[in-house]
Amino acid sequence: MENRFLITLEGLGALLAELKGMGRTLIGPVVRDGAIVYDEITGLRDLPAGWGDVQEAGRYRLEKRDDGALFAYNSSPMAWKRFLHPPALTLWKARRRDDGFRIESEAQAPPLHAFIGVRACDLRAIAIQDRVLMEDRFRDPHYAARRRDVFILAAQCAQAGNTCFCASMDSGPRATQGFDLALTELLHPEHRFLLEVGSEAGGRLLSRVPHQVAGEADWAAALQATENARAQMGRHVDTRNIKTLLYGNAEHPRWEETAQRCLACANCTMVCPTCFCTAIEDHTDLEGSEARRVRHWDSCFTSQFSHIHGGVVRAGIASRYRQWLTHKLASWQDQFGTLGCVGCGRCISWCPEGIDITEELAVIRAQDQNGAGEDA
Amino acid sequence: MTLDRRPRLAVWKFASCDGCQLSLLDCEDELLAVADAIEIAHFPEASRRSVEGPYDLSLVEGSITTPRDLERIREIRGISRTLVTIGACATAGGIQALRNYADIKEYMSIVYAHPEYIDVLARATPIADHVPVDFELRGCPVNKQQLLEVVNAFLNGRPPAIPNYSVCLECKRRAAVCVMVAHGTPCLGPVTQAGCGAICPGFTRGCYGCFGPQDTPNTESLAQAWLRAGKSGAEVARVFHTFNCGAEPFASTGKRHDPNHQG
Ligand code: SF4
Ligand code: SF4
Ligand code: SF4
Ligand code: SF4
Repeated sequence: MENRFLITLEGLGALLAELKGMGRTLIGPVVRDGAIVYDEITGLRDLPAGWGDVQEAGRYRLEKRDDGALFAYNSSPMAWKRFLHPPALTLWKARRRDDGFRIESEAQAPPLHAFIGVRACDLRAIAIQDRVLMEDRFRDPHYAARRRDVFILAAQCAQAGNTCFCASMDSGPRATQGFDLALTELLHPEHRFLLEVGSEAGGRLLSRVPHQVAGEADWAAALQATENARAQMGRHVDTRNIKTLLYGNAEHPRWEETAQRCLACANCTMVCPTCFCTAIEDHTDLEGSEARRVRHWDSCFTSQFSHIHGGVVRAGIASRYRQWLTHKLASWQDQFGTLGCVGCGRCISWCPEGIDITEELAVIRAQDQNGAGEDA
Repeated sequence: MTLDRRPRLAVWKFASCDGCQLSLLDCEDELLAVADAIEIAHFPEASRRSVEGPYDLSLVEGSITTPRDLERIREIRGISRTLVTIGACATAGGIQALRNYADIKEYMSIVYAHPEYIDVLARATPIADHVPVDFELRGCPVNKQQLLEVVNAFLNGRPPAIPNYSVCLECKRRAAVCVMVAHGTPCLGPVTQAGCGAICPGFTRGCYGCFGPQDTPNTESLAQAWLRAGKSGAEVARVFHTFNCGAEPFASTGKRHDPNHQG
């Protein structure tokens, strides 16, 4: 079966137009306020042609490129979870009546989305959130409703950023599943896209735009692109025995040292594509005749997150940073059977203090308190 | 004549600019609902009519700056079942607390022709320094929605949903691009309490800290980051010493880096 095709730049434009014509809202990369963020796009012309990014711990800058590439940037400050697991959502309303009160669902049919340019790390992150929010004992109907019909056009990475480490987490750089279509942008000798079909819906869409079967040379060029990205990974993590390493180093002095720097601002969890925690707020109207239950993103870096009867459990910043990192890489495995980190590097770039999860892990491994990370 | 059983609200002013009270007046539509649900018994900014206390809910704006203020706040506490302070002046001393870092006599001699007529305390202080306060609503000025939320919560006997985490959570929820990371612009968001909806970062400006310190504010780490980025100690001090200069740890962090306070 033929699975690899080529389309031109115009072909990509036609493909986006087809998706739009099917009633889908296209969400894709756009340049806004000095970063590439995901927002509604109308078509090809909104994509960040000729823009790349340079990322470091606590630093992000756009950089102009002279090749007109559309997908030559890396992790965006925004994760796709914004559109599947919204930052704020009214869950239901209750109205007082003579005989008690009545609950009114607030759920509205979510928009039919197409995601344009999803990277391998983020595909893995979506799969992880699927596991947490749909495939566990409690199913989040709001997530499920948004997730069910989304169309995913993935973009294979042809370069990696300084804060990327998907190769260490085995989530990239080459996406092999979780998409309807996956494109690899090829710039030479002419601007074109190699497309891999990942689902029936993807195949049907492709059949509606001009395309041709890709040759061996094109496929080799596409594989080379992701290999280049692999070679460029700016960060690395040694994941061997990482669960026992972290469990065995709960009292490591590094937690307190990092807490001197950590601002408990929660940016790392807001940008993380797998973090899923939310808090519930109840509101009433002034007459007390209507109540509203609202859910929004929360974070283990806030004090109220660990507030239970009697007080806050994680009062200090060290315990919050430890909770975050330990959940991502150790207790996540116990809870959901995978690592909770996909190596997108967002938490490194978007930490205002530049705290680097890979550096923290390296220090803890290098100063392993009791051989917890060693092979048994 | 039927007895008015609606809860009685009073609004009081101390040293302040009136901006927070104006937020209440600014609740145009909602105010009608407020007026239905509660009796606005004392609110000189809105009406000359004043009903005697006691009051179910007193909203207090402004800081304590004169000996007369001291007497008055005790009287008000005595006739208020619930007392909520609103705004940076009432909760932290306000911009006028900057004088706490200087010699008030010297200021008076510069500003007033006859300083001997001025009867003022050496320090501008928050209400909670003098009487028990049931809830402190932050902001310079307070956020209108939060103000309604607090009034509403007290009317309905539930805790107000006022978060005390950082502005960054609101900033990310509204999908603003971080100005510190993407532009190198200093921002007080990480150490400041949410409440405004991250207005300034939403317009690519750094946060000015209007809502005072969040509940776990690592101000020293942020100060060090700015020093590393080339800011001077005086600049760091100025950033921390604005509307919430009286609130810890903005107060001490600002002081620590102010060259005029060394030694
Ligand atoms: S922990 Fe950091 S690198 Fe890992 S998935 Fe989350 S944001 Fe990405
Ligand atoms: S790291 Fe923290 S915010 Fe993220 S999922 Fe775990 S507990 Fe939730
Ligand atoms: S690690 Fe960085 S982003 Fe996360 S809470 Fe600490 S300072 Fe904020
Ligand atoms: S712009 Fe300011 S408030 Fe927003 S995330 Fe960055 S540091 Fe926090």
